[in-house]
Amino acid sequence: MRRTLAIAALLFAATVHAETPRDFLTRFEKEAGSTASAERGARFFTTKQGGEWSCSSCHTERPMQAGRHAKTDKPINPLAPAANAERFTDAAKVDKWFRRNCNDTLNRTCSAQEKADVMAWLLAQK
Amino acid sequence: MKKLIVLPLLLAVLVLPAHADNYSVPKNPAFEAECTSCHMAYPPQMLHADSWRALMNGLSKHFGSDASLDEKRRAAITDFLVANAGGRKTGTTRDAGSQPLLRITETARFEKKHREISAATFKRASIKSPANCTACHAQAATGNYSEHSVRIPK
Repeated sequence: MRRTLAIAALLFAATVHAETPRDFLTRFEKEAGSTASAERGARFFTTKQGGEWSCSSCHTERPMQAGRHAKTDKPINPLAPAANAERFTDAAKVDKWFRRNCNDTLNRTCSAQEKADVMAWLLAQK
Repeated sequence: MKKLIVLPLLLAVLVLPAHADNYSVPKNPAFEAECTSCHMAYPPQMLHADSWRALMNGLSKHFGSDASLDEKRRAAITDFLVANAGGRKTGTTRDAGSQPLLRITETARFEKKHREISAATFKRASIKSPANCTACHAQAATGNYSEHSVRIPK
């Protein structure tokens, strides 16, 4: 019985902390109520959406590569999960950066559909 | 005897200027994790406590970018910055409208230390802006701003 509890606790801890990039795609698609489009995500990511910067201003148009902060010039590790295993593994971080960066590039929050599309495109990068 | 006193003094004079621009940046995981996502860790001593408070109260528009934090983390980092803030060394701490200065580059100390550097130099592609300390002070991230290690890139 104790062992079952221990295993259950471990499994619970694992589900709480270790998110995978695919989990975010699933979450955003569910919130949007429709499937993602990597093609739409690519367009969204690489073109300006009302703000001074696009996502690619810092993350480049090839997110398998490292980028640079458009203002401070600080190196930014690649965004695509295939190039950087740390990306999209922590919900608090993902939510924080979508909140900040959508505000900077769109002057508003991103819709679930926009986030799903970007996730689909990033996951397609190999 | 006199010589014995003069020598250490002379040595001190020679050595001190090199160390006067060294900041010991206190360790703080939250400060490092949050602030260095976008830029190097500026030593807390470079701004007055009033400036840090004002800056940390305006993170959703942080020099044009959204750098907002959850309240718990924001408060913790503010406490750290205020506790380690600079005193008199930062010079005037208010702007003409008597608001706290928000930019280290606006402080009298920064201006005095960089008066030989032209605006054009700061704009070079290799430097980009006066906020990019590491462009010329390679060891800035560890608090070393010594004049002896300055290399201004072309």
